[in-house]
Amino acid sequence: MSPGGGASVNQKGKAVAHGADSSETLLQTPLFELHTELGGKMVPFAGYEMPVQYPLGVLNEHLHTRNKAGLFDVSHMGQAFLSGPDHETTAAALEALVPGEITKLGLGRMRYTMFLNDEGGILDDLMVTRSVAPEDDGRLMLVVNAACKDADYAHMQAKLPDSVKLTAVEDRALLALQGPAASSVMAKWCPQATDMGFMTASSTQFDGIDCHVSRCGYTGEDGYEISVATDKADQIARTLLSHDDVEMIGLGARDSLRLEAGLCLYGHDIDDTTSPVEADLVWSMSKRRREEGGFPGTERIQRELRDGPGRVRVGIKPEGRAPAREGTEIVDEGGNRIGVVTSGGFGPSAEGPVAMGYVQSAHAAPDTGIGLMVRGEARPAHVAQMPIVPHRYYRKPK
Amino acid sequence: MADIKYTDDHEYLSIEGDVATVGITKHAQEQLGDVVFVELPEVGKAVAKGDEAAVVESVKAAAEVYAPVSGEVVEANGDLEGNPGLVNEDPEGGAWFMKIKISDKSELDGMMDADGYAKFVAEQG
Repeated sequence: MSPGGGASVNQKGKAVAHGADSSETLLQTPLFELHTELGGKMVPFAGYEMPVQYPLGVLNEHLHTRNKAGLFDVSHMGQAFLSGPDHETTAAALEALVPGEITKLGLGRMRYTMFLNDEGGILDDLMVTRSVAPEDDGRLMLVVNAACKDADYAHMQAKLPDSVKLTAVEDRALLALQGPAASSVMAKWCPQATDMGFMTASSTQFDGIDCHVSRCGYTGEDGYEISVATDKADQIARTLLSHDDVEMIGLGARDSLRLEAGLCLYGHDIDDTTSPVEADLVWSMSKRRREEGGFPGTERIQRELRDGPGRVRVGIKPEGRAPAREGTEIVDEGGNRIGVVTSGGFGPSAEGPVAMGYVQSAHAAPDTGIGLMVRGEARPAHVAQMPIVPHRYYRKPK
Repeated sequence: MADIKYTDDHEYLSIEGDVATVGITKHAQEQLGDVVFVELPEVGKAVAKGDEAAVVESVKAAAEVYAPVSGEVVEANGDLEGNPGLVNEDPEGGAWFMKIKISDKSELDGMMDADGYAKFVAEQG
């Protein structure tokens, strides 16, 4: 037996600076000791030594997150601040690089957007948070992908006006707690978190430790991300793990959870050739920004908004049991190539194979029959509405 | 009594007469993780040593199961298609993949016995 194509967990981003065999250069997160203590199977990922799974296994880690709460170490991701004289200035500077609505972002609100190149291709996707504290006016917090962070920082340094300063945050860890029990778990040590709306953020304390909590995530479930000083991360993780509902979850389940939730993995489902329109991320752009433009690649993006893109990212549900992995060719019913799978595998909550990929727009409607070329054979599948497993984000009562 | 041989592709052959019952080892299924899909060869298919004869997939990866010897597939373990998780539970027992009627027994020469395979796994770390 030997691993074939698509072996090992998806690597976030192709821009990893290190070769596969340069393990001596791999970085470790502040939770490295905890991962090894818990029996985490460590693999190189975006330049870091990260846990792909724990003894519970990918399948049960995935299901545990959907049923209770999973704790993820996402400290490899890049945290940074943009600081300017006031919100308007900082937001305008960022809006010159991304198609998202940043100017109108409210206090304590966060938004998903993406850095674009001049051709409208996606350089990275990121989360942008405006601090809730009025004294932080003019400051935005960014979270970017680990594999892209150096390039993102260089890109911003080159493009930002002198009035807006970029500060990479190197002394903070990032933990994610995801799942339907996340809120009741947080209630024990950070009661303020239970009252937060989805996609809001707050500076607060967890068990007396200063931290920055946001209600968001990458699994389709309710949940939080906790940004905390490096030297306190282990303590918070161990406290969370002391709760019966919480298990530590590796990158393997993180990948299957986000795939079922229809969320993009940079370097796979989106890259510097795909536009936000092709990637079905138009929802992340406000009406004003679509109309006014003012971001890199405006011409292409407005043209695709007007005429429709040639290809589009869709969810895919194979009809048999065989998973279709990244790179699988997609054909129409006549056997003509119409696209390619960009992420694919087995969805433990979907109880079967799931995938996403790009198809020519004529084939993008839900329920369109397609074929997936797995081991030389066209296997029947259909375009599926995303998310394949419904999102269960928290909506604050009005 | 069956003679058990191991390959450096982490497969085992349980040989009785001229038929080898083939599967993946306990170590192999541990490396693979939770098995969610198995694809088996057609009975009657002629395979050459080293051919990709079956497929085993976990949540995170796909892997090929090679024919460890040349011959004819005389039986495939249909239980695995409905219950791929059996590969994790009983890899070297109920979760065999296929039985191959061996065409050339000299192909078994140089394969490892249980002790040899245990050492091989230990050396691989």
